[in-house]
Amino acid sequence: MREIIASEIIDKVAILCKKANYEIPEDVKDAIKKAYKKEKSELGKEVLSQIIKNYEIAESNKVPICQDTGVAVFFIKIGKNAKIVDGNLYDTINEGVRKGYSEGYLRASIVKDPLYNRENTLDNTPAIIHLEIVEGENLVITFMPKGCGSENMSKTIMLTPSDGEEEIENFVVKTVEEAGANACPPVIVGVGIGGNLESCTLLSKKALLREVGKQNPDLKYAQLESRILKKINNLGIGPAGFGGVFTALAVHIETAPCHIASLPLCVNINCHAARRASLVI
Amino acid sequence: MMKTWRLKTPIKERHLEKLKVGNKILLSGVIFTARDSAHKLLKKQIEEGKKTPFDLKGSVIYYAGPTPPKPGYLIGSIGPTTSYRMDKYAPFFYSLGVKATIGKGSRSEEVMLALKKYKAVYLSAVGGIAALLAKHVKKAEIIAYQELGTEAIRKLWVEDFPCIVANDIYGNDLYKRVKEF
Repeated sequence: MREIIASEIIDKVAILCKKANYEIPEDVKDAIKKAYKKEKSELGKEVLSQIIKNYEIAESNKVPICQDTGVAVFFIKIGKNAKIVDGNLYDTINEGVRKGYSEGYLRASIVKDPLYNRENTLDNTPAIIHLEIVEGENLVITFMPKGCGSENMSKTIMLTPSDGEEEIENFVVKTVEEAGANACPPVIVGVGIGGNLESCTLLSKKALLREVGKQNPDLKYAQLESRILKKINNLGIGPAGFGGVFTALAVHIETAPCHIASLPLCVNINCHAARRASLVI
Repeated sequence: MMKTWRLKTPIKERHLEKLKVGNKILLSGVIFTARDSAHKLLKKQIEEGKKTPFDLKGSVIYYAGPTPPKPGYLIGSIGPTTSYRMDKYAPFFYSLGVKATIGKGSRSEEVMLALKKYKAVYLSAVGGIAALLAKHVKKAEIIAYQELGTEAIRKLWVEDFPCIVANDIYGNDLYKRVKEF
């Protein structure tokens, strides 16, 4: 059994929080740069150039790309031969968030109670942690600060098997259309199909972790992604919703087996500030 | 080429007559941040007959909550938040003399009617470019509701703050026109 000391994880998580909020991943940057070259609307092009300039300022000054430094979402894979010592993993991750958000001058955006006591916890905890046990002895931590402009525009629907791909296409396109400028386009569209109510929403969020534009390995789903993307980019919403070709940069579909009677569908939208960072311990 | 106007605060009605949806604005002067909680408190304060922390007449409200400033910085990253959450309050504030609000995303029919009625505008800034927008803030101070943290009302001195006219005083809506780009 490999032992991993909790306090070492705290520091690394803190660094991860800062890095993800200051530096946009290369694949997202490349996708925005490509969109800039191809965008036909004058306003849309200007928005994309401001987005690129903003990346540069944030990275060189080490300041947040967006003031909404998000809900701290973690996807953690822990090897079955690894053991955390001197602390439990959940507390450790939250301690890392506390440290990272405070040291990094990141905004605390979490309230204690959703309805009656919306008092800020002041340190952006608790984080939302998804844990998976895998082979090996490593700890792989992926952090995604998820902004709420796009999160608020996300939707789930329980379709039935007869609805098929047509209804899936319609629902995804309609969700992005209704999101409009609110979701900070050009967006990345995470789509979960299958599983059940709660696992489908998780699939749609995991879809946002995929490298931008990399297609589903199953050809049928890859084609569905392309078809939906084309329809979305025919909406004309464009960068920042000011009109243009690029309403979305990519559509990523993730699937899972499901019940004979159901066809769950979830659309999780990510803004153009699609931040994420990973590390392996 | 898109038309660009320089706009200075406080805003007078005549300054808004030439502005049309899709025009670019470079805004300079004083603006005030307020988002969900500050709107709720401010409205309550006015309804109780108390004095507002800033003069609403001719003012500009920016829907934004910044990140904490790093040492040596005047302000943290500060981009617009989604405006529709303030739709419930906006007509009330426009009726009291607010001449412009800045945010992102489209507004409700009620807000658009209020804009026409009170001759005011809604300006859209680009979401997610908060580090760049912070460069246009030259001075900042908290003037009310400090306990709200990021949601406190901040007085910002801005220079050439870039935004787009999303709703003009004539009832036009940029977001309904986007398909014609």
